[in-house]
Amino acid sequence: MSVVIRFSGDSGDGMQMVGNLFSESAAFAGYGVFTFPDYPAEVRAPQGTVAGVSGFQVHFDTHAVTHEGDKCNILVAMNPAALVAHSKYATATATILLDSDGFTKDTVAKLGYDIETIVEQLGLQECNIVEAPITQMTLDAVAQCELDRKSALKCRNMVVLGITLGMYDIATDYAKKFVEKKFGVKNPLVCKANIAAIEAGENYAKNTHLVGETHAEKGVSALAKGTYRSINGNQAVAWGFIAAAEKSGRKLFCGSYPITPATGILEELAKHKALGVKTVQAEDEIAGICTAIGASFGGALAVTTTSGPGLALKSEALGLAVMAQIPLVVVDVQRGGPSTGLPTKSEQADLLQAMYGRNGDSPLVVLTAHSPADCFEKAYMAAKIALERMMPVVLLTDGNLANGTEPWLIKRVADMPSITPPIVSREELAEKAECFNERGLFNPYSANENLARYWAIPGTEGLEHRLGGLEKQPKTGAISYSPADHASMGALRAERVERAKELMPAVQIEGATEGDLLVLAWGSNVGKVSEVVAEVRNEGGNVAYATISLINPLQAGIAEAMSHFKRVLVCESNSGQLASHLRSMTSHKDIRSLADMGARPFAAEALKADILKNLNEN
Amino acid sequence: MAKIEYTPNDFRNGNAVKWCPGCGDHAVFNSVLKALPEVSERLNIPRENFAFISGIGCSSRFVYYMNTYGFHTIHGRAAAISTGLKTARPDLSVWVCSGDGDSLAIGGNHFIHACRRNIDLNLILFNNEIYGLTKGQYSPTSKLGKITKTSPFGTIEEPFSPAVLAIGAKASFVARTIDMELDLTKDMLVEGACHKGMSVIETLVNCVIFNHKTHADYADTKAIREERTIRLVHGEKMLFGANKEKGLVLDGLRLKVVTVGEDGYTIDDVLTHDAHSEDTALHTMLASMRYPDYPVAVGVIRDVARPTYDSEVARQIEEQQSAKPNMKADDLFFGGETWKVE
Repeated sequence: MSVVIRFSGDSGDGMQMVGNLFSESAAFAGYGVFTFPDYPAEVRAPQGTVAGVSGFQVHFDTHAVTHEGDKCNILVAMNPAALVAHSKYATATATILLDSDGFTKDTVAKLGYDIETIVEQLGLQECNIVEAPITQMTLDAVAQCELDRKSALKCRNMVVLGITLGMYDIATDYAKKFVEKKFGVKNPLVCKANIAAIEAGENYAKNTHLVGETHAEKGVSALAKGTYRSINGNQAVAWGFIAAAEKSGRKLFCGSYPITPATGILEELAKHKALGVKTVQAEDEIAGICTAIGASFGGALAVTTTSGPGLALKSEALGLAVMAQIPLVVVDVQRGGPSTGLPTKSEQADLLQAMYGRNGDSPLVVLTAHSPADCFEKAYMAAKIALERMMPVVLLTDGNLANGTEPWLIKRVADMPSITPPIVSREELAEKAECFNERGLFNPYSANENLARYWAIPGTEGLEHRLGGLEKQPKTGAISYSPADHASMGALRAERVERAKELMPAVQIEGATEGDLLVLAWGSNVGKVSEVVAEVRNEGGNVAYATISLINPLQAGIAEAMSHFKRVLVCESNSGQLASHLRSMTSHKDIRSLADMGARPFAAEALKADILKNLNEN
Repeated sequence: MAKIEYTPNDFRNGNAVKWCPGCGDHAVFNSVLKALPEVSERLNIPRENFAFISGIGCSSRFVYYMNTYGFHTIHGRAAAISTGLKTARPDLSVWVCSGDGDSLAIGGNHFIHACRRNIDLNLILFNNEIYGLTKGQYSPTSKLGKITKTSPFGTIEEPFSPAVLAIGAKASFVARTIDMELDLTKDMLVEGACHKGMSVIETLVNCVIFNHKTHADYADTKAIREERTIRLVHGEKMLFGANKEKGLVLDGLRLKVVTVGEDGYTIDDVLTHDAHSEDTALHTMLASMRYPDYPVAVGVIRDVARPTYDSEVARQIEEQQSAKPNMKADDLFFGGETWKVE
């Protein structure tokens, strides 16, 4: 039943917008949707070149959708470069909708192809090629609106939107309302032109009987009851923090430096001063985390957001947060590395950096999110752990989650778990003699029963104290370089992190709880891997699946669950980092790695073959 | 709230102070202890609303001796950590203790951006022109040609003047003082604290072990200081010398030292200090003066009013909150484009 549409065109052709509008219209119509933008790092590479092609993939279905899909059933190519760049993503029998006005002898030759044989050269003989004069249709449709040619041509993407919505009989109301809201007041002519373009596209689809192969049953929704909105991972992270701040009674502070693909979180938070959110666009990555540490010292829910190169720069300050027991959330929206790497491509290769990328034994909580909507939950939980246990938490998302969208069943803050930071006053500690030294001064590392340092926030009378990055005596917090003190503080830092697993649910096994093969995944691979495993299981394979969300400390139940399976297969987009970690953390003897280092989502077909191979091996 | 009157001792926590005997930091510490009761009184800030943040280095140990909130952080980052603290908590009086290596080498970026933003911090820059804690390597303020462990043939790097750098980076308050001038230091600290915005107070301190007498040429004795430094006071003539007989005049586009009554110069030719001038040119020239060509400027070099970063953040929040009163997270989540599945 599932349909995958890929919109591709020049960076300036508005493919991201048409993709978003299509997916939101489909979601509004009751389909499950998941999106995957695939754009170049350059803002506007030269027009008509393969380097400048921007793509946007939408996967929709009559049930909830958990990943971006595989090869596309529909490929929209706004120009020859788009066809050349993205034909490899089309199935052998895909429908290819192209703007025939842009396919001339010269434009095709410029790319090294022949207009007569390009279809064969690209191996698209089996495909249903729809040559639609999109440019001319656009010019005709907006002729009444008195736009110059350049402005008129900007409506080409809306013709495409109309055609694709028409193909699947999805109402265009949502898209039209969006256009009215965006241009209605500001520029009524452009608004009118865009709506005319949508209608022209829709009519074209109807008149030419261009009908997609899959229809949802009308009026039957793929999703659970409730109020939804479309959300991407970056927005969801930002909103998770907003919810956590309100729940905990702390002010939200974000100190960050712009970096792809994490910038969207800072941009989102910067909008919400009405909710009391303070953001500092810092002078560098180090200042990003340091301003957050300062704000946290001052009593805020403090976060900093970054990607891999930025996490590397933040590592010393993150060690300070470990040492001084500072509540802090660091979001690493992972991208392809090392070094500058692949800024717009997604990877999961920062796991071991998050785990170990600091000087000294410096353990901290590493939590992961596995879908755009899950980013809300995990950002919230990261904040809860940080605030309740007084420690830094690294939240790993990735580029696919950051930019991918899906419907989010909106949560009310009242329905979220409580967050109770260990904030204290002198009066509340009066009975606890161990919290004060012989001069009556507060021992700054005094802790509650959960090993959470009491949070004496500046401005609290009688609890003045000094924190610092130097090693200290366990009881008094006085500077100490004694071997015994260092050993016991090191053990304490480890135990604090280990105890944090109490705040997260145990892993859930999908399928039988014992058998031949347990497949594990984390992050943005979860949707596709779990779906493929379910498919193998439905076909009779003795294979189970589990998502690991909490990597450090290792989520409750995972080691035990693994011990009931002969083999464990860890699927991840790196060189096998989680597999390697699990080998060191559990006694399981056959942990295998299905590692993809291509900075791309897993392909379902190959994934299934790999799972079967590992399942059927003796 | 009833006003509390503090004494200097209320601000020290009794921990043994571990700087070397003769280190200039002791003097600055005493000046700070003397300044804080006055700051508390003038700004009506109780002790629990003072926070001292430091980086790494000898002078950064400062916070361990204070009975205020304090945070001994990591090398170079105190200004950034303080920026976050002050932005989150504009009600606190936030002090930064940092050395020349801490603020001008590893933390140079945070230093200039804190100045540029005009965040309301009081940064005490302990300038001893050497790395002390790592035991004697040259710093970004070491005098050209200085022989140290890492420059056995003399440095070949032009030093920074912290005050000049701060002015260039748009700090709104820049003062300079000398460790041994306890009262001057105290006055500069109080004025810096009362100034709204980034206050950089450069203190010329002696490192008795690794850079002894680096400031001696102009700071060693009271008599030397009278002849070789000039105390700048807003609205007063720029005069110095034991009998205030010498002054600064403008000669073309340069400053010139003259003796009043000689070579045709009268008191009317001597410049009057305008610390409040927006224009940075004269302030830069004054901060740049080096012995022996000029007296070294001490006192408040620059003190201009401009909006602070923390108060501007608070203003924008107030504006947004009055435009959308009582907004809650739920209003955000359920606002905009949503749809219902029945």
